[in-house]
Amino acid sequence: MSNAAEFPLLSLVLFTPLAGAVLLLFVDRTREDTIRWIANLSAGAGFLVSLPLWFWWDTDGTQWQFVERVPWIPSIGAEYFLGVDGFSALLVLLATMMGSIAILSSWTAITERVKEYYIFLLVLQTGMIGAFVSLDFLLFFLFWEVMLVPMYFLIGIWGSDRRLYSAIKFFLYTLVGSVVMLLGILAVYFEHHSLTGTYSFDVTRFHELNLPVEVQWWVFLAFFLGFAIKVPMFPFHTWLPDAHTDAPTAGSVILAAVLLKMGTYGFIRFSLPILPEATRQFVPMMIWLSIIGIVYGALVAMAQRDWKRLIAYSSVSHMAMVTLGLFALTPVGITGSIVQQLNHGISTGALFLLVGLVYERRHTREISEYGGLSKVMPVYAAIFLIMTMSSIGLPALNGFIGEILILQGVFVVNKMWAAVAASGIVLGAAYMLWLYQRTMFGPVDNPKNEQLADLSMREVATFVPLIILAVWIGLYPSPILRRLESSVTYVISRVNPAYAPQNANADVTAGGALAEGQ
Amino acid sequence: MPPGFSPADFYNILPEIVLTSGALLVLVTDVVMSHASRPLLGRVTLAVLGATILVLLPFHDADALASQGLLAIDGFAFFFKLLFLLAAVITVLMSASYLDVEGLRAGAYYFLILCATLGMMFMASGIDLITIFVGLETMAVAFYVLVGFLKPNRRSNEAAVKYFLLGTFSLGILLFGMSMLYGLSGTTNLRELATTLATEERGPLLIMALVLVVAGIGFKIAAVPFHMWAPDVYEGAPTPITAFLSVGSKAAAVAVLLRIFVEGLPFLADVWQPLFWVLAVLTMTVGNVAALTQSNVKRMLAYSSIAHAGYVLIGVVAGTTRGVTAILVYMVVYAFMQLGAFAVIVMLRRTDVVGDELKDLSGLYFRHPAAACAMLFFMLSLGGIPPTAGFMGKFWLFGAAIESGYVWLAVIGVVNSAISLYYYVRVIVFMWFKEEALGSPIVVSPAMAVALTVSLAGAVVLGLYPGPLFELAELSAQSLGGVAGRVGALPF
Repeated sequence: MSNAAEFPLLSLVLFTPLAGAVLLLFVDRTREDTIRWIANLSAGAGFLVSLPLWFWWDTDGTQWQFVERVPWIPSIGAEYFLGVDGFSALLVLLATMMGSIAILSSWTAITERVKEYYIFLLVLQTGMIGAFVSLDFLLFFLFWEVMLVPMYFLIGIWGSDRRLYSAIKFFLYTLVGSVVMLLGILAVYFEHHSLTGTYSFDVTRFHELNLPVEVQWWVFLAFFLGFAIKVPMFPFHTWLPDAHTDAPTAGSVILAAVLLKMGTYGFIRFSLPILPEATRQFVPMMIWLSIIGIVYGALVAMAQRDWKRLIAYSSVSHMAMVTLGLFALTPVGITGSIVQQLNHGISTGALFLLVGLVYERRHTREISEYGGLSKVMPVYAAIFLIMTMSSIGLPALNGFIGEILILQGVFVVNKMWAAVAASGIVLGAAYMLWLYQRTMFGPVDNPKNEQLADLSMREVATFVPLIILAVWIGLYPSPILRRLESSVTYVISRVNPAYAPQNANADVTAGGALAEGQ
Repeated sequence: MPPGFSPADFYNILPEIVLTSGALLVLVTDVVMSHASRPLLGRVTLAVLGATILVLLPFHDADALASQGLLAIDGFAFFFKLLFLLAAVITVLMSASYLDVEGLRAGAYYFLILCATLGMMFMASGIDLITIFVGLETMAVAFYVLVGFLKPNRRSNEAAVKYFLLGTFSLGILLFGMSMLYGLSGTTNLRELATTLATEERGPLLIMALVLVVAGIGFKIAAVPFHMWAPDVYEGAPTPITAFLSVGSKAAAVAVLLRIFVEGLPFLADVWQPLFWVLAVLTMTVGNVAALTQSNVKRMLAYSSIAHAGYVLIGVVAGTTRGVTAILVYMVVYAFMQLGAFAVIVMLRRTDVVGDELKDLSGLYFRHPAAACAMLFFMLSLGGIPPTAGFMGKFWLFGAAIESGYVWLAVIGVVNSAISLYYYVRVIVFMWFKEEALGSPIVVSPAMAVALTVSLAGAVVLGLYPGPLFELAELSAQSLGGVAGRVGALPF
């Protein structure tokens, strides 16, 4: 099925959650179970309608598929221009899936202001999908900012402890980055006009632009601020532990699984292809920030006493790994970086869900409060084990594929970088296994833990797709790698032509073969 | 027919004539009517405004000079007149319940609102320093009275005296500047001024005249350092008047600013652009920083409106057609969100609650979810968060600055707009996260509901689908002309 003909699939995917949110507006707030059903069904429907992005995807088709294009603000050249490549299609799938899981996981956890909660989650969902499918820079920015407000409320109303502080910190931090990015967008827009004579926010046109290097340099910095805060890269990561720790479980899951990908998505979609010269100039800075992030995130994670905060810092470390692979600017590195984004979404999303489950039961996240849980909650312990292994990159699970591709991509550029990055993986194994040992093994010291209930069917159901995906990507990643080929080639041919196009294919295939060999 | 006038002149100022007669009608109705049927006055006022809008609409593509070149009937004037009338409509809609609670006489109140609108309309059309000044006086005098309309209220009295004294002083300064321009050029007509003075040598007198005019108009738009009056006056005035003052009076002054500088003195752009650059930066920064610590919402919105004047000045600095377009877009967007925010404050005014403190908003969400949602959108729009209209306005102002090469100004602008989010979000925190405040239940009158709905629709729809507004603004801006951009490419 090529391009799904004229059917506006992306609009459907985009607005299904929003339709659910609008529907919820008209439901009486006291009918909480009805609200839960509607929210779950609309999120589930959102996931189902996004599945054609996988099944109807044409690997040999055009770069941009499922394209929709309608004028939006004609006088300034802005369009309602949607389309996906292999990379963004996968991110959309990740978003719709994690969104449904997050909504399902909230059934018993949220008992106050239920209606608003689900409305915000569904609006957030539309914002995220919108950012991934927009090929008009202004439209992208619109969705990008739309995500802020629902997330702010999710943390601020349903969060824990210092939720107001964390919420406003998240809000202002990301806002500063994005408004500066907006100036970068405007600069590209006017440069595009002075070079080509047309006013347009069309990203694919920007990809063909050869901007003067000084302009690229400044615009890169502007984009960098927006995206690096979102990733978050060291030293802009300080909002993340607070936001993650105080957010409700579903908020943390979405934040980790999807929102953080916005930053790396931005780099790949905008910074690299629009600003290739500047990107190459900034490689050393980006690489060193990534390496610092990997090691620093891991060391700080090791020192945490709060379970959720530990996972939050592990996110900093893992996302730094993603940016490391990205800025190696090799086809394998970028492929690995994208795969690792999906992996991080799956495994860290699952880890936050797991923390949320014990938090819901015990209302504490202190690691020292737990111990020996594997005896009381065997199913829980098993799932936690799988996700821990996935997170530290055990072969046969998804994390390994991403990490090996990234290291391979970095290694050919600079062995030192690869060596330092590999040490981060060791540290990652250390803090995760130590966490597992402290919480799951040993005697059940705390009497409060003795009566903990193991997972219910609904709770297990939230993990099933994640476990399947973790194993599938770990054993047979080539369908995903194939979908990424054209995206990676497209970016590489702009940013590092030395590798493109014939080398790119060769390398990706090599990476794929290697991964399949496991 | 008096010599020098033609029937066309009367046709061209038909909207103003309708408005004037309507204002008198309101005054007469007030005297004739019994005290009990007072609500009728609001309807008469709305009908007058509606009739004026209807009469105005055919002028959307007019391009004429009326009254011996005293008035320009062009797209630019049309745009602003429509804006003033819409702002007046929303103000009248939100006034009815407020007048009841405060026990004010409606007749004079509505009459003065119409007079102020009339003054603004002459300001927008004024192509001659004399017309501009007369329009400005008409508007200002009406506002002096309106600001002090709460007779027993001390704050209102103080506000009126302050506004009157500082206002007349600033008008004096403006008049002094204008008279110097006249002395130098021998004409008060802005278009003639542009041609006669362009060839003249620039003396210190010309620069002096320019600075005085900037100071005079700077007062009206509440640009720092001429903003001192704004917080006190905004806080003391009756809330609907505060809303109208912060939207209508500001927009009218911006129209005059554009007329005088972009249309009348474009050849001096290299002098006034740096001047406005400094003013813009000061105005944005001082407004936002001062707003951070306010606990009174009216006062906070006063400082925020100072900051918004700063954003508008960014467009003036650019001075290009795009800059003017952005200003026009922004004024419309600003009108909706600012009026909407004030409408919520008016709504909170009950017999037992003044309703303008931040704590009065506490838990508004639990009392009146719809109002809290509306206020949420107004705050986000004022802060410039998409998909609200405030974003589209700011976005294009910054765009104009970047295109004209004022990148740093745009950077300062976005940083300011990020700072401003802090105090807008604080309002949201009070409404959504805090416990309910005490006080009698909130009653929303039908008129108020309409005012809120219109403002909300403006603040949201113009954010999602701003295309037509952009086009109209661009057409109107073209009728004004603009300063050539500083350079072609970006000065990186």
